[in-house]
Amino acid sequence: MTMPSSSILSIDKLSLEFPIYKGAVKALNGVDLEVSPGEIVGVVGESGSGKSVTSMTAMRLLIEGSFKVTAGSLTMLGTDIVKASEKTMLGLRGSQVAMIFQEPMTALNPTKRVGAQMVEVIRLHRRLEKREARAEAARLLKDMHIADPEQILRQYPFELSGGMRQRVLIALAFSCDPKLLIADEPTTALDVTVQRQVLLLLREKARQRNTAVLFITHDMAVVSQFCDRVYVMYGGSVVEDGPTAEVIAEPRHPYTRALLRALPDLVPPRTPIEAIPGTVPDMTHLPAGCTFASRCPQTGAPCGARPEPRPVGGSSLHHVACWSVQEEELRS
Amino acid sequence: MSTDPILNLDNIHVDFPVGSDWRGRPKQYVHALNGIDLAVWKGETLGIVGESGCGKSTLAQVLMSLVRPTQGALRRRRPGESGAQTRMQIVFQDPQSSLNPRLPVWKVIAEPYYIESGRKASRSELMEAARKAATLVEIPPEYLSRFPHEFSGGQRQRIAIARALVSEPDLILLDEPTSALDISVQAQILNLLNELQKQRGLTYILISHNVAVVKHMSDRIAVMYLGQIVELGATAEVMKDPKHPYTRLLLESVPRLGVSIQDDEVSSNMELPSNRHLPAGCFFKDRCPLACEGCGKPQELKERPSSPGHLVRCHLKAD
Repeated sequence: MTMPSSSILSIDKLSLEFPIYKGAVKALNGVDLEVSPGEIVGVVGESGSGKSVTSMTAMRLLIEGSFKVTAGSLTMLGTDIVKASEKTMLGLRGSQVAMIFQEPMTALNPTKRVGAQMVEVIRLHRRLEKREARAEAARLLKDMHIADPEQILRQYPFELSGGMRQRVLIALAFSCDPKLLIADEPTTALDVTVQRQVLLLLREKARQRNTAVLFITHDMAVVSQFCDRVYVMYGGSVVEDGPTAEVIAEPRHPYTRALLRALPDLVPPRTPIEAIPGTVPDMTHLPAGCTFASRCPQTGAPCGARPEPRPVGGSSLHHVACWSVQEEELRS
Repeated sequence: MSTDPILNLDNIHVDFPVGSDWRGRPKQYVHALNGIDLAVWKGETLGIVGESGCGKSTLAQVLMSLVRPTQGALRRRRPGESGAQTRMQIVFQDPQSSLNPRLPVWKVIAEPYYIESGRKASRSELMEAARKAATLVEIPPEYLSRFPHEFSGGQRQRIAIARALVSEPDLILLDEPTSALDISVQAQILNLLNELQKQRGLTYILISHNVAVVKHMSDRIAVMYLGQIVELGATAEVMKDPKHPYTRLLLESVPRLGVSIQDDEVSSNMELPSNRHLPAGCFFKDRCPLACEGCGKPQELKERPSSPGHLVRCHLKAD
């Protein structure tokens, strides 16, 4: 995939912290991330790696005043999100950029019928009569391969299954033809057969409308199925990124390697899995150097300083933030 | 592993009443389990997979006698000894909510031991039992006076396993033991469970929706659909050559590393049928690609003559 010059979302060395009593939780530490038009980009990491904070910052959904951007910038569709006013954000959210959350039950209003909620959202962004908006809602649901949209519109969210709720949210997200869709663990709460259907649907719609997708998940297998490019996050920064197939087949960063080896899929049954020793770093007292150093099998002298992502393997798309990998690259 | 059953389920049905009319009679029933026949062998790991709503958790509750079956019988017999019952323990999914936040962990761990001793064990005995169990799961004994919230998710799950071990059970029921954990921690817990089984000859029943975990851990696997077992057999055999159309659908849906979705694959709408009104005949026939006339009759779980020990509930795949 070639990288077009204009990107939809561009995050540059973004550092963000949440001040707490006598210190700060350093949630993001120099995140670099780029999403081009029409591209499906995955962000994968364990809990506490900063993947959700990244997406919440992009939408400016974090509570104002609870966080502090200490360095870097975040530009979405040409708007500097860090400095943007709430009014600008309201213009962006929903119409230009849409978001899907993990738990579809909490994203829908439990006291209103699906139809009323969809009409409300559609009329908020487009000048339509109520009747037209309802017809539009039915059309959107039909587009999601829902057999009887009128029936769904009359129902309350609790009457729908998890997969159906997620379909309603995907329909809503696509209602204003956004340029970017941020999906934060959209299939984690779903069963595998339903997950597959929802992923297929999401991919089909994104490709049809040339919508870029930022897909946040903890599941490596889902990423490898669904995304064109992937960012692997650890300790609030990106440790490796590149085309999905390349990162999965030839992971270079020790963390990515360890993460893939820790999956039960790839070892013979009943044999020990190579678990990653130790635990994730304490985000209030991050080490000055590489955040993975304390769990890393190949630490050396330079690991006392924070590594920067550098291209590896001769391709300009695959980047790794690791001193020992970069050293290897120089030697070869 | 032997084939001595230490636990037998015989045609277990569980119905839950829903709503009631003005005389207090239930309006309708949720049919959670619809005829489960299962024998658990000593020393094996039996994996149970299925989607939400298929009755996995109800089955776990029946096994632990937390729910009384509407119909059918549950027999726990320890092989060799007459009259002795199989001793069972359970590890729950979420270690955050299954550990009492107000007790120091040594009390959490030792509680089953205390009950087993007829509430007579002394404080020092309990401490000693907790220390032994904690060592087994690699929790440093000096942490035992701390409270559950002071531990990480993985450590809490280790504590839950220690609590299950302290009463020296024959069988441990693992109800989604790693689904609340991160991948790297999941690997640690799975290794620990395998190690403990080797050391102590434990029998596991592993309930999970994660096919990769079940595949890694189990000797035999049972696939559930709408409160029935649709396929049962040796894990390797079922994984390599699934016979029941539902097992196939389930295994094909599992995302695999390095296999990407093709752009021309289109999604279709698939939902589990309601368990309030059970379909007549085969429960899977509305979603089944092979559905034909014979599917109108109720299906039986039958052993395939060509491969003993592999049972399928489908008339087309019975031979």
